[in-house]
Amino acid sequence: MDDLSAARLQMALSLGFHIVFACIGMIMPILMAFSEWKWLRTGKQVYIDIAKAWSKGAAIFFAVGAVSGTVLSFELGLLFPEFMKHAGPIIGMPFSWEGTAFFVEAIALGVFLYGWNRLNKWVHWGSGIVVALAGIMSGIFVVAANAWMNSPKGFDWENGKAIHVDPLAAMFNDAWLQEALHMILAAFIATAFAVAGVHAFLLLKKRKSVFHKTAVQIALSFGVVAAFLQPLSGDFSAKQIANKQPAKFAAMEALYKTSKPADLIIGGIPNEREERVDHAIHIPALLSYLTYGNFNAEVKGLDQFPKDERPPVMVMHFSFQVMAGIGFLLAFTGLLFLLFSLFRKRVLSKRGWLIFISLLTPLGFLAVEAGWTVTEVGRQPWIIYGVMKTKDAVSAMPGLQYSLYAITVIYLLLSVLIFWLLRKQIANVATHYPSARTEND
Amino acid sequence: MLLIIIIILGVSLLLYTLLGGADFGAGIIEIFSGTRGEKTVSKAMAPVWEANHVWLILAIVIIFTGFPTVYATISLYLHIPLMIVLLGIVLRGASFIFRYYDESEDKAHKYFTVFFKISSLVTPVFLGIIIGAMTGGKININQETGFFERFIFPWLNIFCITLGLFSASLFAYIAAIFLVGETSNPAERKRYARLAKIFLITTFSLGLCVFGAAKWEDLHLWKDFISSPLSMITFGIAVLLIPAIFFLFDHPNILYLRAVIGFQVTLILLGWFAIHYPVLVYEKNGNHLDFFTTRAPDATLYQLVIALLVGLVLIIPSFYFLFKVFKKTKD
Repeated sequence: MDDLSAARLQMALSLGFHIVFACIGMIMPILMAFSEWKWLRTGKQVYIDIAKAWSKGAAIFFAVGAVSGTVLSFELGLLFPEFMKHAGPIIGMPFSWEGTAFFVEAIALGVFLYGWNRLNKWVHWGSGIVVALAGIMSGIFVVAANAWMNSPKGFDWENGKAIHVDPLAAMFNDAWLQEALHMILAAFIATAFAVAGVHAFLLLKKRKSVFHKTAVQIALSFGVVAAFLQPLSGDFSAKQIANKQPAKFAAMEALYKTSKPADLIIGGIPNEREERVDHAIHIPALLSYLTYGNFNAEVKGLDQFPKDERPPVMVMHFSFQVMAGIGFLLAFTGLLFLLFSLFRKRVLSKRGWLIFISLLTPLGFLAVEAGWTVTEVGRQPWIIYGVMKTKDAVSAMPGLQYSLYAITVIYLLLSVLIFWLLRKQIANVATHYPSARTEND
Repeated sequence: MLLIIIIILGVSLLLYTLLGGADFGAGIIEIFSGTRGEKTVSKAMAPVWEANHVWLILAIVIIFTGFPTVYATISLYLHIPLMIVLLGIVLRGASFIFRYYDESEDKAHKYFTVFFKISSLVTPVFLGIIIGAMTGGKININQETGFFERFIFPWLNIFCITLGLFSASLFAYIAAIFLVGETSNPAERKRYARLAKIFLITTFSLGLCVFGAAKWEDLHLWKDFISSPLSMITFGIAVLLIPAIFFLFDHPNILYLRAVIGFQVTLILLGWFAIHYPVLVYEKNGNHLDFFTTRAPDATLYQLVIALLVGLVLIIPSFYFLFKVFKKTKD
């Protein structure tokens, strides 16, 4: 394997691994604080039991998220030192704010996870709120740094050097708001649907458990709101991309030829040699409308870009469709949940519905991974869009594939162990929490 | 402005040495205290270890934002030891938390403990190796030379390894002192106090070896040391504190002991910093990277200072609160 591919794969693997933990670390505090708040208000045992049971699982995810995040802050340099040499001073600002926010988060988290019996109830709840706020802030900052790579701003590039650096302008680049919004909502959806899915699965086995039923309801309520908002945020993002990163946009829509009007291409297999998409469904002029609000607008295709500046269409189109498809499926599920809650409440405890919800467990995270594939692969061959190519930034150290192998083995091992530990924790829920017991126990 | 950043960087590294050090050291101590110490270590570390490690993240963010060439240089030429440190941090954190939340006492629990101990020992050794390689003056940027000359020998040498062992021993010493105050069991307290004394002597001896190795390898470190009065004074006081520390073990209030150790470690770091200041990395060709030549543009440093100062205003009180909640002596 050549060093560039090894470095890119290692970065992809590290980010893809970390993002799962980061999402859970951002959203679980909100779910836990919500459940604890319900307990403080109603005094019902089930709410505090849920919050405590979640906090045990979440602690594992936080820890792995923290260490895998530390890995990333070094890997940027270990794999792409040339990039960090120039980008460090420009995007260091969001990173330093992210560091601050993460610091507050880690401290408040220690208080929240281990302080159940040591603090005033409301102070404890407050620490959960601080974790949630700081977590979301650190998410926004770190995504802003990524947005800068896609939409660089706040410097002039002359003779291979950045001059006139303006860190504020760099941080508030043209993509930060769209990316941050899309990511936060995605984290809500992925985490909430996964939590709901796991509890729905357990509810299938213990149909009378108030514990699992309440957990599904709390998680789905959050997931549903986010799932409704996400298509709007997606539209907001897509318009920004069409405007500022047309090559990425054309690749994800698999639009080879500049068209006026442009069809929306759904599914199909991109044929790179012939530059067309086989077996796809074309919806006439819809892409023009979605992008510019006008059925007759021109949309730039890949033919506008030299071949060596195009992202790989196959990966892009496929990932994009997976992400958008899952997004719509989950939004549709949200609609069903809302309708059932209002009109057919008992459907929510029916077997079919529970099976459906439990099948959705991994989908939100799959969409997150697919979405990051679109963002990152879609920027290729650039590491800083239009400024520096990835191949010029990669480390000069030979044998980078060995780092990749080591990271792969360790992350695989950790994934297996986390899965195993969670299963064990779940198996013990009924012994620890009275409200999780049913008369059969 | 630059000075504020340098001070905050120094403070982060100091707090990482003390808090992160106690954390790694606790794993090393567990190697010597056996399963008996597991509960104390778990209980003492669980609420605070994640926050302790953020000091390292803060330091690295300061370096890549403020002194980007330094970051780019060490991440290229010290790729291998850095990668080992990272894997160590991941394995250590994961096995600690897995062990803590794994409710049964089965085989897996034992494996987690083994991983926890090994990574707690290996990581500080390599942290020391990295510091040694930065200051040892062997970083080789000559592209004509081979793989080993560029990517292995600058950090794999007697001086760096001695410094690595010194770091591990120092961390174990800090942890043992810390753990003395974390248990109310008299037998356990005694055991930690004994380990603390052993590691104090080991650390002192290894410290002498570090300078011995520097002289033997003919590093500029030795000459710089004897021409830096500040380092000689701080190291001198740190050594003079040793008898006082032995005396303090018998004092009923552990806080005195902790305070003196904190002061001693501060002196050691300050002395080490003073030898090299303002240089961060010495290269083989005689060049060096220092705070002034590698500094980022003023606009960046200005924003960095704001973020750090606001950050510290938020972080320090919350850190105090965290320790107050969990570290108050339980009756």
